[in-house]
Amino acid sequence: MNKDQALLAYVARLGDNALVLGQRMVELVAGYPELEEELANANFALDFIGQARMFYSYAAELEGEGRSEDDFAFLRDENEFRNVLLIEQPNGHFGDSITKLVLFENFYLLQLGALRHCADTRVAEIAARAEKEITYHLRHNTNWLLRLGDGTDESHERVQQSLDSLWQYTGELFAPDDIDNVFEAEFEGPDLAAIAERWQEQITTIVERATLTLPAEQWMVSGGKQGRHSEHFGYMIAEMQYLQRSHPGATW
Amino acid sequence: MVAVAVSREQVLEWLNAVPDPEIPVLTIADLGIVRGVTINDVVTVELTPTYSGCPATEVIEQSVVDELHKHGVDDVAIKRVLSPPWTTDWITPAGRQKLKDYGIAPPGELASKRELVHGIRSIACPRCESLNTDLVSEFGSTACKASYKCSECLEPFEYFKCI
Repeated sequence: MNKDQALLAYVARLGDNALVLGQRMVELVAGYPELEEELANANFALDFIGQARMFYSYAAELEGEGRSEDDFAFLRDENEFRNVLLIEQPNGHFGDSITKLVLFENFYLLQLGALRHCADTRVAEIAARAEKEITYHLRHNTNWLLRLGDGTDESHERVQQSLDSLWQYTGELFAPDDIDNVFEAEFEGPDLAAIAERWQEQITTIVERATLTLPAEQWMVSGGKQGRHSEHFGYMIAEMQYLQRSHPGATW
Repeated sequence: MVAVAVSREQVLEWLNAVPDPEIPVLTIADLGIVRGVTINDVVTVELTPTYSGCPATEVIEQSVVDELHKHGVDDVAIKRVLSPPWTTDWITPAGRQKLKDYGIAPPGELASKRELVHGIRSIACPRCESLNTDLVSEFGSTACKASYKCSECLEPFEYFKCI
């Protein structure tokens, strides 16, 4: 993999992560029992989709084949998406969604922090913009995890289950592949081993404050970064892409 | 190609009349999102988005094109710039006053990391100036606002988030 290919693939993957998580949150719009959480979720989803647009627009320019951000989102097949498995998991209950966000956004924020200093100007600029938004998200989402963990017996038990079931997807966040390695070497990209260490510290602190128990070391699932997704993902993008597949070129 | 015979100052003055579609009391100049104007064969206006997913971005870009067309400037290009990223610090003092007069508490002085991470100090009610106010929701009708209520004059109000 050469330098240009790695940059394109890296940027497209940043877009994939943002879009897939944003789409999962879009599924919850109008489903919250409380207005504040409804607004929070919709606002966060909008941030992710906005970030996806910036990454995809750049990827389309880098590719130089006349594709647009919409083509990246709506006209690629399942195995062309290289997002991590964690964020494509179904929403589950509120505790599942919050736990997923805390696990992923702590990683994403560290990744963006490193990207802000990378050698590709455009990626660095988008990362600086996105970093501020994710910081705001995490303040809200971390507070919820603390409240649920240190709340009632039932909320504690249920959010512990969320943590236990999502943990197996966290290893993939830090498992570098060719794209990560070439991007790190050529563009002063994030050092995933260093990020893993800081993530572990941060999550340990949050989990302890939430009176939860950190899951034991275990076998980790991977494959999303190589385009091998969980079964849920096909259903998700089928719904997301339905309109453009059925009515190609539809606009409004 | 039409020869462009306008000055940069003139263009900036016209842009000063373009309202923000979601908070029409503010112009895009008040918001601090006009990053530059260059005049060659075409008039290029540099704009920066406020939030990544702000749905107003495209509307603003179109408004800028329309406004300049209205003044006879046919060749207009919009350039989106991301750096340095926009924060509420870019809102001008005049913009802050307009927000307050409109009933939206303006953002604090600096969008510092500390405020982002640890939450916010007391926000003064834009109507009665009381600091006896409570956060109702960290989110509001648009991505850039939070919802508050004043316990003195009992009015709800919005706060322009400091991000």
